Amino acid sequence: MTDQLRVITRRMVEHPADSHTLARYEATGGYRQARRALDMGRDELVELVKESGLLGRGGAAFPAGLKWSFLAPARPAYLVVNADESEPGTFKDRQLLERDPHQLVEGMIIAAVANEVHHAFVYVRGEYPKPARRLQRAVDEAYTAGYLGEGIFGSDYDLEVTVHLGAGAYICGEETALINSLEGRRGEPRLKPPYFPAAKGLYMMPTIVNNVETVSNLPHILEMGPEAYKALGHEADTGSFLFSVSGHVNRPGNYELPHGLTWRELIYDVAGGIRDGNELKTWIPGGASAPWFVPSDHLDLPITKDATAKAGSMLGSGAVVVMDDTTCVVRAAERIVRFFAHESCGQCTPCREGTTWLEMILRRIESGAGREVDVDLLLEVGGNISVGLAWPPRMTTICPLGPSAVSPIISITKYFKDEVLAHIHGNGCPLRGAQR
Amino acid sequence: MSDHVTVTIDGRKLEVPAGELLIEAAQEHGTYIPRFCWHPRMKPVGMCRMCLVELETPRGPAIVTACTTPVSDGMVVHTRNETVQRMQEGVLEFLLINHPLDCPVCDRGGECPLQDHVMAYGPGESRFVEEKRHFEKPIPISELVLLDRERCILCARCTRFSEEISGDPLIEFTDRGNGVHIATFPDLPFSSYFSGNTVQICPVGALTATAYRFRARPWDLEAVESTCMHCTAGDRINLQASHNEVVRILGVDVEPTNQGWLSDRCRFGFQYVGSPDRLTVPLIRDAEQGHTEVTWSEALDLAATRIGEVLAGSGGQSVAVLGGARLTNEDAYALSKFARVVLGTNHVDAQMDDGLDPQFLAATVDRALISDLDSAKAILVWGPDLKEEHPTLYLRVRRAAQELGAALVVVHPRRTGLDDRATHKLTYRPGEGADLLTELVAGSGRASQARQALAEGPVVGLVGRTGYGEDPRLAEAVAAFVRTLPDARILPLARRANIYGALDMGLAPTLLPGRVSVGGEGARSIAEAWGGLAEHPGLDTRGILEAAAAGDIEVLFLVGADPLRDVPDGALARRALERVPFVVAIDQFLTDSSRLADVVFCADGFAEKEGTVTNLEGRVQKVNRIVPGPGQTRPDWSILDDLARRLGVELGFGSAEAISKEIADVAPAYRGVTWDRLDWEERDGIVVPDGGEAPLRFVPADTPGTRAGGDLVLHLARVMYDDGVTVRHSPSLAGLAPGAAVHLHPDDAARLGLASAETARVVTEQGEATLPIRLDDTLHRGVVYVPFNQPGMPPLGPGPAVTVTPA
Ligand SMILES: Cc1cc2nc3c(=O)[nH]c(=O)nc-3n(C[C@H](O)[C@H](O)[C@H](O)COP(=O)(O)O)c2cc1C
Ligand code: SF4
Ligand code: SF4
Ligand code: FES
Repeated sequence: MTDQLRVITRRMVEHPADSHTLARYEATGGYRQARRALDMGRDELVELVKESGLLGRGGAAFPAGLKWSFLAPARPAYLVVNADESEPGTFKDRQLLERDPHQLVEGMIIAAVANEVHHAFVYVRGEYPKPARRLQRAVDEAYTAGYLGEGIFGSDYDLEVTVHLGAGAYICGEETALINSLEGRRGEPRLKPPYFPAAKGLYMMPTIVNNVETVSNLPHILEMGPEAYKALGHEADTGSFLFSVSGHVNRPGNYELPHGLTWRELIYDVAGGIRDGNELKTWIPGGASAPWFVPSDHLDLPITKDATAKAGSMLGSGAVVVMDDTTCVVRAAERIVRFFAHESCGQCTPCREGTTWLEMILRRIESGAGREVDVDLLLEVGGNISVGLAWPPRMTTICPLGPSAVSPIISITKYFKDEVLAHIHGNGCPLRGAQR
Repeated sequence: MSDHVTVTIDGRKLEVPAGELLIEAAQEHGTYIPRFCWHPRMKPVGMCRMCLVELETPRGPAIVTACTTPVSDGMVVHTRNETVQRMQEGVLEFLLINHPLDCPVCDRGGECPLQDHVMAYGPGESRFVEEKRHFEKPIPISELVLLDRERCILCARCTRFSEEISGDPLIEFTDRGNGVHIATFPDLPFSSYFSGNTVQICPVGALTATAYRFRARPWDLEAVESTCMHCTAGDRINLQASHNEVVRILGVDVEPTNQGWLSDRCRFGFQYVGSPDRLTVPLIRDAEQGHTEVTWSEALDLAATRIGEVLAGSGGQSVAVLGGARLTNEDAYALSKFARVVLGTNHVDAQMDDGLDPQFLAATVDRALISDLDSAKAILVWGPDLKEEHPTLYLRVRRAAQELGAALVVVHPRRTGLDDRATHKLTYRPGEGADLLTELVAGSGRASQARQALAEGPVVGLVGRTGYGEDPRLAEAVAAFVRTLPDARILPLARRANIYGALDMGLAPTLLPGRVSVGGEGARSIAEAWGGLAEHPGLDTRGILEAAAAGDIEVLFLVGADPLRDVPDGALARRALERVPFVVAIDQFLTDSSRLADVVFCADGFAEKEGTVTNLEGRVQKVNRIVPGPGQTRPDWSILDDLARRLGVELGFGSAEAISKEIADVAPAYRGVTWDRLDWEERDGIVVPDGGEAPLRFVPADTPGTRAGGDLVLHLARVMYDDGVTVRHSPSLAGLAPGAAVHLHPDDAARLGLASAETARVVTEQGEATLPIRLDDTLHRGVVYVPFNQPGMPPLGPGPAVTVTPA
């Protein structure tokens, strides 16, 4: 059994009853790093985070320090913490919000100081009322304690924090759609360029958008120093990483781990193996957007950003969705594609029309009305959303949502073509009955 | 060249302006990149994905949208390679899977960018076998526009237009994913003055106009470029007819004037041209039977006889001419010459008591061009609500303030369409404008910030009368102030069709063609050319009506003029018309006024004749003919020519074009303006030099201001849709007039005991009316606003003193 790390999950594991309170947070060393950050200033903090190698945990794994260094000089600048967490299979931010909200608040103070921000926002997914309540409570406590508001910690630094609840759209997790939504506009991604948030973000001012987990790491980076933080991780993948393991495993859940284990270790050791003694059929290594892995090719690959990319997928937001041999892959793919079709903002022709078309074809195949040509059609329609079905996708769209819907198409036609054809030839699902 | 960069497009190396969008740069060099959502007058959204191209970059090929990507030095672009072609086919296939393909019954069929792009760039066939998306087929989203959501390709042109350009965002996307569609807000129709533009720029037949639906197929249309005559901006239009009937007007994108846009009044107001109520034969009135139809000879003979008698008796002093703003320059010139030479009168006025000094309108020096607004640092609008009276100018000012960073100061007695873009908005009571102007000049009081906003040039001042309650000399004083500002230019504002052309042709008591002053130096050569001129001082509209009411006018010409409805003091007009023994009307309709005329000549109108018009910048442009006039109508010049001959004078008019040559010879400002140039190399018009023989240089008038005695003043002002002939006879527009009403500030209403009353009695020196009350908290306190000439409203008169009491 592989040991889990206890960095951003330490407090919640050691003090499950009250890890979310200010008292417990301070009793376990909380808010010391925020005070230190005030004495450090932008340059030193940006440098420190760069040295730590901290990668964004929202899915794109973009180096946080580098992002901060891109912040345009205009002021006011804003910080937006992305707590929209809507990628199917991802549920790590929820735990951080519910169980250790002060850790996030402290991280926000650090990020705010580092980016000369005096107003920060947290955009919480609409279906997360409890995490939002917990966070709001923590923010209120921090205000009362003088850690937020005017002159935080007795300094002359002002910092306002606003917690905003979304209204239930996955696309609002995409940072520019999130910004639109925060401004009260339709949640549609903006064009990049020119609307890179660090240049022209919220209210067209320079804005840093970071994921909850990314920000929650900051107090620890300050506390242990960049070198120690790096050492926790594996080569380029520094620090710890929260994996949300779900699906047909015996012990689904969030696991804080270093990179570098193999998938076999993660699925069989950490998550306790496949339920009911079934066989592992396939798994999604990094959220619904990611192309799938299969035991024959990928079980012994190390879990690192680079190895996963080389194998044609990504770790994304750390959501590992495991499927056993009772799973109908056509149905699984249809479910994922339907999700993306439903969540498309509808701006781009290929995403709006293409994802729905893919969903229709898959549904037809699943229901037994598939045609031989549909396999090629799936790939060609997919290819018109994501050119050449390449990885990373060559997008014909504004944001990666459209191409995300193509990932399961690529996966099932590559690894499970026979099963797809069996649906077509056998007028429906060959697993019908075995399915859960 | 630092402002140019080198790009390679499909293997061709090109020098293009830095920063330009790839889609534009390519097009300028002959490479058309297909597009739907991109529109050169709006910000790119990159939504349709039709313009995808491939770039060669150090990190390998990259896919980008040409409509959102600025060119950069060394860029290598492929617009037709295999990848791009596949993407283009993909996007078109996607667009078609849910398109209803009801092209045979779609207005757009035959001129549809979607059809055209599918032909040029699309896949041969669709592989889509599922059920298409369905919506209820066309739903009306306003009185003028219908929306078919099945045809919509979601390009956001209409939504961007209403948000970015017209500033009334009444249509938006709703829902998401495959369900996204255009919608209006609950209980809020798409009642924009500019809604027709969305129909024009919609790349499919999703938005259609009631005025054009099912009226014609594009291949049946005849088209000619012309100039809109609804307001004075001189907007370029494409006039289209089918089977001798005007069926559609489209805006033409030209830089100097409308940039492609039109108001709905310009766009749909063509319907009056083909109205069944048009006059088609000459009429004479007799006491018993009213009007009867007669031949041209009978009508002309009668008129000539009666006019001849009067001229022989009391002479030209007792003959007057009202109207002419609806004429072309050629017809206006003919009327001017006819009045001065044949009738021997200077009682000539096309302004219909709009009140501004003709010298101010015609002969302002440092006159601005509309395009000066684009480079202005500051803009002052002290005059009518541009949105109501100068709609395309309103769009241009809006853009200057919203997109180009100009400071905008708006002064008006109540809300105007520009207020949401104004950096400073000042309201005041008509009659007290001079006090406000004094503050503005001094930069004191509540005008101090506005004054600062005007400190940096170039400044453009748009100056006119805010309403009929306003002292007309105030505009001159405001213009005088504008002239003191840095690098200032002025656009004097008047709204009537070709009023600037009419004034330039001498349809004003003090002016002769070419802005020559009556009795001035230049008059001599005109007298020589014309073989005579009237000598006596002329009366303006008000003077003419007063003289007529007093019995001093014996023959009155109404040329496209309906004083009963169209001058502020309608009661005076009635007294005048009832008193004049012989009224001659040249008109297209029987109006309230021409109903009282003894002879009515039916005339060709807009779209039925060729000629030139002059806009508020002094830009001369062509109007063109696309349909014949109905029945026996004739051009005004030819009616006047015949009448003159019967009165023993040869005016020598052979054709409108011949008249245009005479204008170029006689009117100094119009030297060199020929139809030939306007038809070919100067399609955007020729701006004639500003100033005149006696250019008004604006010595600030001593504080003008007729103050109303009481505590209320009337603000009588025009709105876009009224009960004028063109609106009344255009079925699409006729129902859009807001209706007669009196607008009161809630505080005033309370003070007057009218807080919960529904109607009020409104009394001025000139008239009275019982009107429904509208509460309007944008009014300056003490101002009573009444929209002018609404259907069913009795003439109220201009005030300014007014009383409002419970009805
Ligand atoms: C369709 C889509 C959905 C996304 N959803 C989320 C999300 O729910 N939470 C999140 O943190 N980032 C999400 N992202 C990534 C954000 O755009 C952004 O990269 C991230 O918040 C940056 O934070 P980081 O640098 O700390 O990772 C999404 C991106 C896309 C394209
Ligand atoms: S890819 Fe889809 S979700 Fe992303 S911007 Fe385009 S339509 Fe919206
Ligand atoms: S209605 Fe027309 S203009 Fe508006 S989004 Fe649809 S296709 Fe575009
Ligand atoms: S024209 Fe470029 S995306 Fe529509």
